[in-house]
Amino acid sequence: MPALEETEKPDLNLDRSVGDFSYDVQYQYDAGVGLTEATIDYICDVKNDPDWIREFRKDGLRKFLEKPMPTHWASHDLDNIVFDNIRYYLSQGTQPKRSWDDVPEEMKQTFERLGIPEQERKFLAGVEAQFDSEAAYSNIKAAVGEQGVIFVGSTEGLHKHPEIFRKWFGKVIPTGDNKFSALNSAVFSGGSFIYVPPGVKVKHPLQAYFRINAESFGQFERTLIIADEGSEVMYMEGCTAPKFETSTLHSAVVELVALKGAKIQYVTVQNWSPNVFNLVTKRGLAHEEAEIKWIDCNIGSRLTMKYPGVIMKGRKARGEVISIALASDGQHQDTGAKMIHAADETTSNIVSKSISIGSGIATYRGLVDIPPHRKGCKNNTECDALLINTHSRTDTYPAVVVRGNQNATQHEASVSKVSAEQIFYMQQRGLSEGEAMSLAVNGFVNDLVREFPMEYSVELKRLIDLEMEGSVG
Amino acid sequence: MRGLHQEFLIYLLMSLVIKNLTANIGDQQILKGVNLEVPKGEVHAIMGKNGSGKSTLAKIMAGHPDYTVTGGEVLMDGENLFDMEEPDERARAGLFLAFQYPMEIPGVTIANFIRAAVQARLPEGEELEATDYYANLYAKMDALKIPRAFTSRSVNEGFSGGEKKRCEILQMAMLEPKYAVLDETDSGLDIDALKIVSDGVNALRSPDRGFLVITHYQRLLNYIVPDKVHVMVDGRIVMTGDKDLALELEARGYDWVTEGELATA
Repeated sequence: MPALEETEKPDLNLDRSVGDFSYDVQYQYDAGVGLTEATIDYICDVKNDPDWIREFRKDGLRKFLEKPMPTHWASHDLDNIVFDNIRYYLSQGTQPKRSWDDVPEEMKQTFERLGIPEQERKFLAGVEAQFDSEAAYSNIKAAVGEQGVIFVGSTEGLHKHPEIFRKWFGKVIPTGDNKFSALNSAVFSGGSFIYVPPGVKVKHPLQAYFRINAESFGQFERTLIIADEGSEVMYMEGCTAPKFETSTLHSAVVELVALKGAKIQYVTVQNWSPNVFNLVTKRGLAHEEAEIKWIDCNIGSRLTMKYPGVIMKGRKARGEVISIALASDGQHQDTGAKMIHAADETTSNIVSKSISIGSGIATYRGLVDIPPHRKGCKNNTECDALLINTHSRTDTYPAVVVRGNQNATQHEASVSKVSAEQIFYMQQRGLSEGEAMSLAVNGFVNDLVREFPMEYSVELKRLIDLEMEGSVG
Repeated sequence: MRGLHQEFLIYLLMSLVIKNLTANIGDQQILKGVNLEVPKGEVHAIMGKNGSGKSTLAKIMAGHPDYTVTGGEVLMDGENLFDMEEPDERARAGLFLAFQYPMEIPGVTIANFIRAAVQARLPEGEELEATDYYANLYAKMDALKIPRAFTSRSVNEGFSGGEKKRCEILQMAMLEPKYAVLDETDSGLDIDALKIVSDGVNALRSPDRGFLVITHYQRLLNYIVPDKVHVMVDGRIVMTGDKDLALELEARGYDWVTEGELATA
């Protein structure tokens, strides 16, 4: 381990104290350990799934068992996931509460400690708070609901709005897309279902908060957002989990559909504890003149593999991925973006910044695809990596496939290091080594942080400060 | 005896004292026994050829990690700098170094950088008042003829030589050190910039502050007039005089000092 020279470093995990707590919850429903067809039936029965969902899940299970692990070199750590030791469904009932007062005590305390009800009062148009497998709380402000906006959990979405739900569910990301999308399809529970009617512009963000409380648990939320013609919506998600000795699995599937001229912004700030495998499939389908923007911040986890994508299906559609990844000691952030230009005059933009600390590894993996017969497509890709220690590591794998000559792509990549001279300079001004590191890192991501909603950018800066303070001895 | 002892103590508590300082980079000895005293309120200059060890002295006092102190001490108002391990402790105790080559910090604005440095000097739990801070910052920028738009530029990124040095003096003005070491502050400055920077330094001269001005050329000392001039050769101070020594050095060259030293040896 290259980190040996730095053994005097304090444990980085200390800094995740805000999310590092758990409650001893008596779960009403527990699918037990391991995954078989009986597990699927148990989940279907508890959730009262319609037959087509039961069939959808079983198809997911079959594909999950058939599919190989994603086999590129970076993911050997995936072999350490013992699927038989994981609990796939834990809940205290499937009906989310509309008022914080009705949320069971331990869950309410959890979300209060994470500041969720406070944020809801301050600036959110709606909140969903998921505790392990099910939403404990789900509420939308009356004014937003009156505009016809639907914001509910995925379970409620499929029961109450089947006509919209079924039309798009599993259409952007097919079950067999990869092993983990198949797993999610088999056991999914929770996540959000959002529908924004034509022309409605939701002024304030809708937010979901995903909380893992139980040990050896897998969280498999499934989110589906449909923005109808000319509508606009911003969705934000936050994620935390306590630090357990055993590994925890978070494997979500998120599908976005932006119909003609619609705009969706999807903001993620995740701060997983370092025992979490975070293997998420996120993709959006942008119709004519629609715009889908993923703003993604990955802090924490043991291994994150996440490549938000946009399929630009209609003429003049736009796709954008803005991503920040911070890989601390022992962590691997394997992130990137996929841009599929499936229509003429589509434009995509990818800006990725990664920070590697200690033995942390940050990998950018990108795919830009422009087929030969397309005209007037543009892509811009920028990847910048910052290394904090001499043995930190970053890798960039940008695949840009442009066949044909009527399109434009541009790719820029840079790797920089926080130098000892920079740190000395800042220390000479009175900043501690940790403060100096933190300032350098915040400076590096500064232009991207501005893309986040204000409340989140403050939180992001705080998370980076904590992470950097812990990174020096 | 008692009177003399007390006088000595007061002197110690009111000056920057470098005693028998020796230091290495790797196995190579750079400082070979430096002795120097800068009383508060005075400006001392160290002149010397490239490689004489004068910039090394500045970095060692500030705590640069590349150098190893092998002997001696530096007392700042009686407090041994080497008891403070980290450069930031020394900085907060009142030592400021204006760098010969100020570092760029991409993405961090001047305003935020200086603010973090000022904040670092406040007691635990005390928060810097933003309006007071900006009022102070703007006043000091005006004095140094630094345009307001500067505050939102990244520290030293894309700055001209003159802008970098002015920015160093601005930081010094904001941090109000007890002792300031200026390392080749005149390098890379045209005559107008040199004048602005010197005016900035002169405005900060005070009975409560000592300056150690390191320079290769006499030119800077026309603007920042020193109380004493020390000449450094091969890791030692070999000659000390008043401001006229600088003129003599300029006229006769450094070899004159070395020859003199050899002659007396």
